[in-house]
Amino acid sequence: MSDTKRLKEQILAISGVNPRKCMKCGKCSGACPAYDEMEYHPHQFVAMVEDGRIDQLLASDSLWMCLSCFACVERCPRQVEPAHLIEGVRLALIRQQNQNHLHAEDIPPKLNDALPQQAIVSAYRKYSK
Amino acid sequence: MQRIGVFVCWCGSNIAATVDVKQVAETLKSEPGVVFAADYQYMCSEAGQNLIKDAIRDHKLTGVVICSCSPRMHEATFRKTAAAAGLNPYMVEIANIREQCSWIHKDKAVATEKAIILGRAAIAKVHLNAPLTPGESPVTKRALVIGGGIAGIQTALDIAEAGFPVDIVEKQPTIGGKMAQLDKTFPTLDCAACILTPKMVDAAQHENIHIYAYSEVEEVKGFVGNFSVTIRKKARMVDPVKCTGCGLCTEKCPMKKVPNEFNLGMNNRSAIYIPFAQAVPKVATIDPAYCIKMKTGKCGLCSTVCEAGAIDYTQQDELVEEQYGAIVVATGYNPIKLDQFDEFAYAQSPDVITSLEFERLTNAAGPTAGTLLRPSDGKHPHTIVFVQCVGSRCDGGKGKSYCSKICCMYTAKHAMLTREKYPDTDVYVFYIDVRTPGKNFDEFYRRAVEEYGVHYIKGMVGKVAPQADGTLLVQGSDLIENRQLRLNADLVVLAAAIEPDASARPLATKLTASMDTNDFFTEAHPKLRPVESPTAGIFLSGACQGPKDIPETVSQASAAAAKVIGLLVKDKLKGNPCVAHSNEMMCNGCSSCEKVCPYGAITYVDKEFRMPDRTTAIRRVASVNPAVCQGCGACTVACPSGAMDLNGFSNSQIMAEVDAICK
Ligand SMILES: Cc1cc2nc3c(=O)[nH]c(=O)nc-3n(C[C@H](O)[C@H](O)[C@H](O)COP(=O)(O)OP(=O)(O)OC[C@H]3O[C@@H](n4cnc5c(N)ncnc54)[C@H](O)[C@@H]3O)c2cc1C
Ligand code: SF4
Ligand code: SF4
Ligand code: SF4
Ligand code: SF4
Repeated sequence: MSDTKRLKEQILAISGVNPRKCMKCGKCSGACPAYDEMEYHPHQFVAMVEDGRIDQLLASDSLWMCLSCFACVERCPRQVEPAHLIEGVRLALIRQQNQNHLHAEDIPPKLNDALPQQAIVSAYRKYSK
Repeated sequence: MQRIGVFVCWCGSNIAATVDVKQVAETLKSEPGVVFAADYQYMCSEAGQNLIKDAIRDHKLTGVVICSCSPRMHEATFRKTAAAAGLNPYMVEIANIREQCSWIHKDKAVATEKAIILGRAAIAKVHLNAPLTPGESPVTKRALVIGGGIAGIQTALDIAEAGFPVDIVEKQPTIGGKMAQLDKTFPTLDCAACILTPKMVDAAQHENIHIYAYSEVEEVKGFVGNFSVTIRKKARMVDPVKCTGCGLCTEKCPMKKVPNEFNLGMNNRSAIYIPFAQAVPKVATIDPAYCIKMKTGKCGLCSTVCEAGAIDYTQQDELVEEQYGAIVVATGYNPIKLDQFDEFAYAQSPDVITSLEFERLTNAAGPTAGTLLRPSDGKHPHTIVFVQCVGSRCDGGKGKSYCSKICCMYTAKHAMLTREKYPDTDVYVFYIDVRTPGKNFDEFYRRAVEEYGVHYIKGMVGKVAPQADGTLLVQGSDLIENRQLRLNADLVVLAAAIEPDASARPLATKLTASMDTNDFFTEAHPKLRPVESPTAGIFLSGACQGPKDIPETVSQASAAAAKVIGLLVKDKLKGNPCVAHSNEMMCNGCSSCEKVCPYGAITYVDKEFRMPDRTTAIRRVASVNPAVCQGCGACTVACPSGAMDLNGFSNSQIMAEVDAICK
C-alpha cells in the first residue's frame, strides 16, 4: 500500500466516514460558520480525502479553522459527517507529529467566562486526543 | 406409466455455451418413462414449438419436460403449445437450466451434470402430474376508482367511455386532488383549473360515473372479477341532493376562523364550507370540529338561511356495499411535513413557504387573489430564493431516499413566472442537480435561465435565519464559484419532497396489494406491467405508484383504464387450477390454515361423517374457495395433520423431485 493510501485508510478508520456517500450538494459548506476562514471547505475535505489529496489538507490551516460545531454533520442529507472526517485528518496529523498539542490539565487555567460551553467541549475534542 | 418427452433448449449460446445440451438430452432419454428426447436452438420459436407438438402427436406423449429458461419466462408459452397438440397444459414441467444453471456456472462439466439432475427432478414430478382444469368465475362489470385526483378522474372517464359503470371514492368533499390547487402547469403553462375543471364536470355528468365524495373505503372482500366493497359515506350534515351549492350558508356562518386546507392554512374558511368555487360535487359540508351547533347545540344559523332546507345536523355516516370486477388505486401524494428541517426556518418564519403554498399565493383564487405577497406583512417580495431537493435524496434520517421528480420542473416554472410578472424581482434557485428529462422539459428550464434571467446556483442552502429587519438571511454554497453565498431574501420557497398519502398503507392492507418501503404501491413488473398491482384485479394510477407529473399521471391513468376495460369485457375469468384443497378425512378443523391464508380463501364447514357402528358425527373441516385461493401454499405448510395439499405442487410431487435430486 502506498503512503497516501495508508493515510486515507487511517483517516477513514478513525472517522468512520465513507466519503463515497457524498453527492456533492455543498450543504455542509453552505452551513459552515467558519467557511470564510478556510482555504478548503467541508465538502472539499470529503472530496480530497476520497481523491487521496491529503497532503494538501495536512499542510493547510483549514484543519484548525473548523469549530467542530457539527452543523455540517447535522445538515448533510447523506449522513456523510464531514466534521468527523476533518477530525480524522487532524488526528492523523497529530499522530504523524507524534505529539499532543494540549493536555487536559492545561485547559482550566485557559478558561474564560465568555467562552461558550460548546467551544470548551470542542477544544477537548480537538486538542486532547 | 407416463409417456414423457424431454426437450432441451440451447437458448442460443445462453445455455449451450455452458451446458452440453446433447449430453443432457441423451442422458435423460434413458430415464424411466421417457420415450422421446431432443435438443433445439430456440425451443420457444415457432419451429421449436412445432417440434414439441409433433412429438406429442407422434409419440403419444402424456407428459412433457422442457429444460430451458425460468418458468416465469415461458411456462405459459409451452403450456399453450401442449394444449394446441391436445395435451392438458398442466402436464408440462419446466426444468430451469438457464437462470439456475448455465448463467451461474462457468465449468461446463459441472453445469451439464446439474442440468441433468434438474431434468430428472422435473421428470419425477411429471410422473405424478394429473390433468388440471381451471375453474371459471363471472365478472362484475363495474369498476371502483379510489381517489379522485387527475389520475382517478382520467381513469374513470376512460372506463366510462368504454361503456362500463365506474364509481369514484374520494375522501375529500370534492374531487380534483392536488391539481386543483395548482396555478399554471409546466411545460406549456396552461392554467390548471382551465384544463382540470372541465374534466371534473365531465366526470360528474357522465351517465356511467358515480362519485362518492367525502367517502372512504371501509372493507374489501372477494377477488378479481368479484370484489365486494363497503364504502363509508361520511356525514356532511348537508343533504347533497337538496343543496344547490349557493354558498349562502358559508357567508352567514359566524364561525369564520377555520384554517382553510385548500389554501394550506394561509387564510380561513367558515365551519360550513365549499372547498372552492368549481368543487365537484358543489355541495356544502359542515366541519364538526368547528361548527358551533355541533359543539354547543346553539347557533343553527345555516339551517335558517338555507332556502333549500338542505342542512341536517342529525346526519350519520352511512355504509353502502357495492360489487366490482376491478379496483383502481389513485390515492396520489402529499408534500412532506417540514417541521424537522429547522435549518430552513420553515416553522419559524411565515415567509418560508413550500412550493405548494407558493402555487396558492400566485393563484387568482388563492388567499391573495393571485398577487404574490409576503405572508408576514403583505408586501411585495423583491428577492426570492428557491431551494430544491428539500427532504428528497436523503440517506436515512428525516428525509426520503428518492428524487421527487417533479420539483426541478415546477421550481423552474415558479421562477420563470415570477420573473415574467414581477421583472423587478431577483430570483435565485439553489440546486444539486437540475433534472429535466421529459418532452420540452430542458428547453423550459433553459428558458428560465436565458430568457428570464433566473440565477441558478449549484449548491445547497445550509441555513435560513430570520433577521430583525424582517428579511431572511440565506446562507448557501455556490460550488461553481467556490464561495459561500449570503443573500437577504424576502421570501424563501422550499421544494418539499412528496410522499404517498397516509391512508395508502391501511388501504393496501385492505386490498392485499403490496407496497415498497416508501409506501408507494408496487407494480406487478416494473417495466412490463407498470399499471397492475401483483394482486389480481387491482390496478394503479398516478402518483400513488411513484412521483409523477401530470403528463405521466394521465398516461398511466389511461393505461390503467385500458387494463380494467380488458378485464371487464370478459364474461368469465379462468382461474388458476393450482389451488389448495383439504382432505376431509384427515382435517381436524384446527384453524391453523385459516390463520395463515393471506387471501382469506379458507372457511370451515360442519359436515356429517359416517362413523363405526352405523353412527354419524358432525365434524368441522376446512374448505378452500378455489376462486380466492392464489396457490401460495402457506396452508399446506401450516396444516399439522397433512390434510392440506396444493394441486400441481402436491407434497408427494415435491418429495419426488427432492428424491430425484438426491439420488
Ligand atoms: C408545488 C407543485 C407544483 C406542481 N406543478 C405541476 C405542473 O406544473 N405540471 C405538472 O405536470 N405537474 C405538477 N405537479 C404535479 C401534480 O400535482 C401531480 O402530478 C398530480 O397531482 C398527480 O395526480 P394524482 O391524481 O396521482 O394525485 P393527487 O392529485 O394527490 O390526487 C389524489 C386524490 O386521491 C384522494 N385520496 C387519497 N387517499 C384516499 C383514500 N384513501 N380514499 C379516497 N380518496 C383518497 C385525495 O384526496 C386526492 O383527491 C406539481 C406538484 C406540486 C407539489
Ligand atoms: S463542524 Fe467544522 S466544518 Fe462542520 S460546519 Fe462546523 S466549523 Fe464547519
Ligand atoms: S452535505 Fe454531505 S452530501 Fe452534501 S457535499 Fe457535504 S458531505 Fe457531501
Ligand atoms: S350551525 Fe355550524 S355551520 Fe351552521 S352557521 Fe352555525 S356554526 Fe356555522
Ligand atoms: S426533482 Fe429535482 S428538486 Fe426534486 S428531488 Fe429530484 S433533483 Fe431534487
